[in-house]
Amino acid sequence: MPVQPRRAALTDSATDTVRLWGVGFGYAGGPSVLRDVNLILTAGSFHFLTGPSGAGKSTLLSLLTLARRPTAGSLELFGEDAGGLSRSALPGFRRRMGVVFQDFRLLDHLSAFDNVALPLRLTGAKREAWAADVEEMLDWVGLGDRMDDRPPTLSGGEKQRLAIARAVVTRPDLILADEPTGSVDAAMGERLLKLFQSLNRLGTTVLIASHDEALAAASGASVLRLEGGRLAGERA
Amino acid sequence: MIGRWMERRAPILPRDGGGEPWLAAVIAVLCFLACLSAVGAVAADRAAHGWARQLRSEATVQVRPRVDETGAEAAARAAQTLAGVTGVEEAEAMDRQTAEALLRPWVGDAVLPDLPLPHLVTVRLDPDAPASPVSLSRALAEAGVDATVDDHSLWRGEVERSAALITALAVAAFLLTAGGAGAAIVYATQAGMAAQRTVIETLSLNGASDGRIAGLYQTRYALLAAGAGAVGAAVAMALTAGLRFLGGADGVTPALPVAWSDVLMLSPCPLVAATVALVAARMTALARLRGGR
Repeated sequence: MPVQPRRAALTDSATDTVRLWGVGFGYAGGPSVLRDVNLILTAGSFHFLTGPSGAGKSTLLSLLTLARRPTAGSLELFGEDAGGLSRSALPGFRRRMGVVFQDFRLLDHLSAFDNVALPLRLTGAKREAWAADVEEMLDWVGLGDRMDDRPPTLSGGEKQRLAIARAVVTRPDLILADEPTGSVDAAMGERLLKLFQSLNRLGTTVLIASHDEALAAASGASVLRLEGGRLAGERA
Repeated sequence: MIGRWMERRAPILPRDGGGEPWLAAVIAVLCFLACLSAVGAVAADRAAHGWARQLRSEATVQVRPRVDETGAEAAARAAQTLAGVTGVEEAEAMDRQTAEALLRPWVGDAVLPDLPLPHLVTVRLDPDAPASPVSLSRALAEAGVDATVDDHSLWRGEVERSAALITALAVAAFLLTAGGAGAAIVYATQAGMAAQRTVIETLSLNGASDGRIAGLYQTRYALLAAGAGAVGAAVAMALTAGLRFLGGADGVTPALPVAWSDVLMLSPCPLVAATVALVAARMTALARLRGGR
């Protein structure tokens, strides 16, 4: 799983979940945040993305969630070119992803149950089809007794678990998590990591951005390191 | 248990508790005004058509007597002649007392006895096949009566033009109020989307399409407008029913003969309000989402 793949390798497979080639990103009039990033995440792989603050981890994730577009290079998701997508094509890609945001992005007016159910409700599926999954997921992250509570009444760690439950409840093909264990204690961090690993064993591709090098090392997953907007290397 | 069920049925978009009641009040008032415009247009049109129909079924003949006869004799001879024309139901010479009674409201009693009055014959025409002014004039000429026939077409044209103008103004008022309601919804949608920017981003990143997000706004404002429209229409219906009840079939004034059917006519108002709101909210939301604002 090379971090710096050759061009020929990039074009060989259509089954990779993520393929970046020469990707760069910079804000208008500002310095480049990402430079010449080449990356392949094969389907069913598990990666940590580490690096110091400001290295570009969150920006790279925002490109993968299609919240931003690369200013250079090509981006493929699920075997399709995703660099120049029209707005109407975005939902189809995003429904195959589960995203854990660093700032959680929970909806304060909704209960914990409704926050987790949000991606399922947005698909238009009937409540009977997913209500049990939502309850099970909330139980799994330790919030089974807080289903009716709203995010403002939850602690930072509880919000983080809620955000993770929402990201994984649809059993997505790709999970992108930005510091998903940053607000929880070590025991809960380990439990959440096991959740990601369980999903990974079922075939989900996982990319976790974290500054916690120890957690990354303990996970046994491959570790990608971003420094100064460039992928500096990979440690298996 | 019910509390939990209610919680879990919460709308995806947060409520704008501060602004929505005021928006509903504005839409209710606009719907009330639109309903009054519609009733006014229909009643004015009904009055004008009634007057025009009445004018169309009558004609007035002014008779000039010969040297050897009085005005009353000439009018009686003209009435007799006209009564035999096809398309005439009745022709009657107007006596001086009747003519004075018509003029009294305008000139008063003082000058009436000294006023020279025209010798008139009132003709009631068959409403299904009225005699034409030409046939009346020809019949009078053949009988040797010097007379002028007035079929009221000038006055009828004025009435019909006035009615058309009132109807056009009422339709314009209706469209303006509908436009005002639409503009209020556009403003509310824009303000709501600006205030809920992070919510919209979250929905979008969780797989919601632009159409789905616009659908949330269109549903919200269509329901709000339907409720407000129902309130506005209910008040207008009560007012219209009151006018019909007080004024009877002729209306409180002859210019506005309100009918019971006018009350029912207002019942689609909530649907119209909801449709205007739905279209305005959806177009605004889609434009804003596609514009990336």
